[in-house]
Amino acid sequence: MTKIDTSRPDSVLPTPSHTVGPFYGYALPFPGGGDIAPVGHPDTITLQGYVHDGEGTPLPDAFVELWGADPDGNVPDTDGSIRRDPATGGYLGRNGVEFTGWGRIQTDADGHWYARTLRPGARGHSAPYISVCVFARGLLVHLFTRIYLPGDEAALAADPLLSRLPDERRDTLIATDQGNGTYRFDIRLQGEGETVFLEFQ
Amino acid sequence: MTLTQQDIDQEIAAEHAAYEKRVADGAPVEHHPRRDYAPYRSSVLRHPKQPPVAIDVSQDPELVELRSPAFGDRDITEIDNDLTRHHRGEPIGERITVSGRLLDRDGRPVRGQLIEIWQANSAGRYAHQREQHDAPLDPNFTGVGRTISDADGSYRFTTIQPGPYPWRNHVNAWRPAHIHFSMFGTAFTQRLVTQMYFPSDPLFPYDPIIQSVTDDAARQRLVATYDHSLSVPEFSMGYHWDIVLDGPNATWIEEGR
Repeated sequence: MTKIDTSRPDSVLPTPSHTVGPFYGYALPFPGGGDIAPVGHPDTITLQGYVHDGEGTPLPDAFVELWGADPDGNVPDTDGSIRRDPATGGYLGRNGVEFTGWGRIQTDADGHWYARTLRPGARGHSAPYISVCVFARGLLVHLFTRIYLPGDEAALAADPLLSRLPDERRDTLIATDQGNGTYRFDIRLQGEGETVFLEFQ
Repeated sequence: MTLTQQDIDQEIAAEHAAYEKRVADGAPVEHHPRRDYAPYRSSVLRHPKQPPVAIDVSQDPELVELRSPAFGDRDITEIDNDLTRHHRGEPIGERITVSGRLLDRDGRPVRGQLIEIWQANSAGRYAHQREQHDAPLDPNFTGVGRTISDADGSYRFTTIQPGPYPWRNHVNAWRPAHIHFSMFGTAFTQRLVTQMYFPSDPLFPYDPIIQSVTDDAARQRLVATYDHSLSVPEFSMGYHWDIVLDGPNATWIEEGR
């Protein structure tokens, strides 16, 4: 059943999702995964936060992927996020010059993650945001959410997603300004203050 | 209270029956697990209780989620898809070749996208320091690979048949042998992480992770097919596994769907 007959559209059905489990450590995280901003770029912002479960306990075994536009609102089509070294089989790291827009960051033993990326520009009808995908042991299907940055209240008010959420839910998608270009964005998988998660249709 | 396999079996059966009833009552087929699936105990505190908020992508073709990060030759080495060649010696176990195509919901190939895999060694042990199963580590096997789909959407890995292993969901819990897969599509909405299984594994009925896919046909799509034409003479056993990414992509909009 796992050879898909593409001449029969009704047989082309999605492969089900599964949890990442606890043991992806050698496979998915990579050095510099959160250092998405080119070195010294003036539009660099730092994002940081925790991922919490339904009891408020931080997850030490989750990871997030961030995906965002550049400051002009353009979506990068640059590869090289995970540059590999053909000599050693290890990682070369990002080149520090190009902006790929994508990063992958695992939470540490305290459940904390951080990333440095570029402040996204607006696209389409939306206020500027960074797309987030959350993975963890125990999570059978990954979760999508968004990080909106505070400041431009008019843009946030006009955003097609934010404008249809009640205030307390809306606030879970807007990072907190901590000064010096640093923003805090906690992800709560369940319970009080549960983050708004998205389903694309 | 000790949680036994019998307890889990009953919960799995109840979830399956509830799903069958929903479908019989007219609910749509569920291709993916529900995030709230209690037989897999780690899901209990890690699933949202609020329903997800729907985004109709046809309302805005500029959504960043309708585009995908790019990966290229810089992001892989030539032997990243041969997990038997990452150390100085040969890993222990049966060599296998796993190949298939990465497709979208319209059956079109997803080209030039990243596929990452990880797995236990032939003894059922991950190269991970938090792994508690005391099966032997293999100094010649890390169990990690990656590749980029070709113009036909095809991928190919050479690796070692992973072993089943115990875990602590309940007493005497064993995972059927599997390879973890992570895929990107042409849109970030199509992101997929899953696990590929091997045909006729006797552990399927007992495992709450594979059983979290309550639709019988969907569950079968996680099981590779033995394919003799993929077996390499004097070298490896061949398995075929096609992957279909879910989620809307930009092309659907262009076609007005």
